[in-house]
Amino acid sequence: MQHLWIIPALPFLGFLVNGLFGRRLSKSAVTFTAIGSVLLSLAWTIKVLLGLGALDQAYVERYFTWIQSGIVNVSFDFAVDRLSAVMLLVVTGIGSLIHIYASGYMAHEHGPHHGGYYRFFAYLNLFMFFMLVLVLAANYLVLFVGWEGVGLCSYLLIGFYFLKKSAGDAGKKAFVVNRIGDFGFSLGMFLILIQFGSLDFGAVFSQAAKLPAEASAGIVTLICLLLLVGATGKSAQVPLYVWLPDAMEGPTPVSALIHAATMVTAGVYMVARSAALFDIAPIAREVVAIVGLVTAVLAATIGLTQWDIKKVFAYSTVSQLGYMFLGLGVGAYSAGIFHVMTHAFFKALLFLGAGSVIHALEGEQDLRMMGGLRKKIPLTCLLLLCASVAIAGIPPFSGFHSKDAILLAAHAHAPWMYWVGVITAAMTAFYVFRAFFLAFFGNYRGQAHPHESPPVMTVPLGVLALLSLVGGYFDVPHYLEPMFGGGHAAHETSLVVISVLAGATGILLAYTFYVLKPGLSDAISRLFGPAYRLVYNKYFVDEAYDALIVHPIRDGSAAVLWRGIDAGFIDGIVNGVGSVSGAIGGGLRRLQSGYIRRYAAWVLLGSIVIVAAASFLGGVR
Amino acid sequence: MPFDLPFPVPLEVPLSWYLILSAILFVIGAAGFLIRRNIITVFMCIELMLNAVNLTFISFSHTLGKVDGHIFSFFVMVVAAAEAAVGLAIILTVFKNRATLEIDEVSSMRL
Repeated sequence: MQHLWIIPALPFLGFLVNGLFGRRLSKSAVTFTAIGSVLLSLAWTIKVLLGLGALDQAYVERYFTWIQSGIVNVSFDFAVDRLSAVMLLVVTGIGSLIHIYASGYMAHEHGPHHGGYYRFFAYLNLFMFFMLVLVLAANYLVLFVGWEGVGLCSYLLIGFYFLKKSAGDAGKKAFVVNRIGDFGFSLGMFLILIQFGSLDFGAVFSQAAKLPAEASAGIVTLICLLLLVGATGKSAQVPLYVWLPDAMEGPTPVSALIHAATMVTAGVYMVARSAALFDIAPIAREVVAIVGLVTAVLAATIGLTQWDIKKVFAYSTVSQLGYMFLGLGVGAYSAGIFHVMTHAFFKALLFLGAGSVIHALEGEQDLRMMGGLRKKIPLTCLLLLCASVAIAGIPPFSGFHSKDAILLAAHAHAPWMYWVGVITAAMTAFYVFRAFFLAFFGNYRGQAHPHESPPVMTVPLGVLALLSLVGGYFDVPHYLEPMFGGGHAAHETSLVVISVLAGATGILLAYTFYVLKPGLSDAISRLFGPAYRLVYNKYFVDEAYDALIVHPIRDGSAAVLWRGIDAGFIDGIVNGVGSVSGAIGGGLRRLQSGYIRRYAAWVLLGSIVIVAAASFLGGVR
Repeated sequence: MPFDLPFPVPLEVPLSWYLILSAILFVIGAAGFLIRRNIITVFMCIELMLNAVNLTFISFSHTLGKVDGHIFSFFVMVVAAAEAAVGLAIILTVFKNRATLEIDEVSSMRL
């Protein structure tokens, strides 16, 4: 026994201590508990993985039977295979770094008038617990527990500053949009249960492999599409991506940990986990690829125009998640997971670096209020540069390796997908460096007094920067080859050169627009006025959802469900029962006249009636 | 010397005579309860009805040769005694407070 359960149990312990007693603990005790529990979890993960060695097969630990009813037989199991090993290391590793960073970032939240510090770390630890349950799950239902749990923590942390209305609204939006996805996911689970009679990964996938082709075409495609609906909710894909940009209302470490590095990749993980199902449902896989591609392009174009530094990175996250889905859809699961890992490195770094900038500028997030920060916070500038070159796909940094793996696989699948991906890569490089140049070059345009962040924040950033630079050499695709098969695409040098050139072009364009000729970008946006406004307003997707879905549902609920069914029907029944009893009582109360002799007369009459009835019916025996 | 009665005199008083007497007493009591308005009279009528029932019990008990009826009538007497004590106390209190013994005047216990 490797005692896998200890991995999630440690953060849960941290959550219990901080959640229950955090108010009475000192700040250092809260910090120690929160960071310590996650670090121990990381240590235990490493110990387990070293103990398990090569992991050629999944290592399963069975704990107890959870649900047994009819055909439903679900046990509470954890499992580790190579896929979850990668995810475990990413989650605990990045999680530890971000916990350390957050202890610096949230430091000002501590004090008699701030309930925030221990609450923040309690939620963050709870998130780690659920995320680890999700990754360790050996069947769909346990995965779903983690899936819902991270959704809950995401909601709690987005709405962390709940006194701000926009934060509360963003939390609710994330929660509701995720419910839509989870509805699809649960339907998919039910179908799996009906079709395969089990939710256990091993059992389902081995049965799926034996399924005849004509059987798999219908039902498995449907299952995969429903699972995809769940994944689009959690991983912010078209059409359910709208919650992620709003989720930036949460504190920046949350954006980095939950909404960039780990939770949003849960959908990617789930699809990769279900690879055996998606492999026999080519239509569903095609849909995955197209959803990913559309998301990547759409979000990248929006990212080009945003002014809020966190919004830029949020759309970048959506776009990169689209890349991962593209990888999954074209069958390069290992490339998708590879990108999950490298993206976790550089996107966490981007967000935490942005957090460091925001921290330095005392809460300013608008790029137009920054500029020239290169000289004032040089360390942050350097760290963000590492992340930017990584995401732009410049060799030999990490983003280059994973993005290239995806693009090559896309080319092998359908060349047009490769070209769209390349254009997106150029846009990615452009918007990231646009943000970088706007923040760090030119003249300072704000009023705050920038100061470098403390070492507790910059050291984790340094580790992440190192990982962003060299993370591409962790050969994840090769490691995952036994699970997903390998050698999809030949390493065609020309294709690689083209995608690298696209990234470089993006950087050069950004440099031209925002450093060499600062007026040029405004001129171009004026030239393409309507198109620019369309993109700047995020294609009016939120407004369209509002008009097409939110308002009809709300108005329909008010008119039919509230006024019609609730106020009309249900209240009518309740009030009717009340008024009928009232009327009967009103009639009967006239019997109570207060005249004793009248009562006596009634008694007499009653006894006469009873005796008469009894004798009429044959007497009392 | 024996009286001349219009019907043959039985050797023992038959059950029906007791029952008829009891019924007459009960009806007098019930009628008095319904008709009279003085509380004391009403109260006495209740006693009359109770005793009519007692008479029934005793006569059945005698006829059937069982002791149950006697026991019942003792219970009735005990209850009647208790009721008399409580009832008279109530009547006294009512008279003190209202200076009347008219039963229909005491009708405030209604909606």
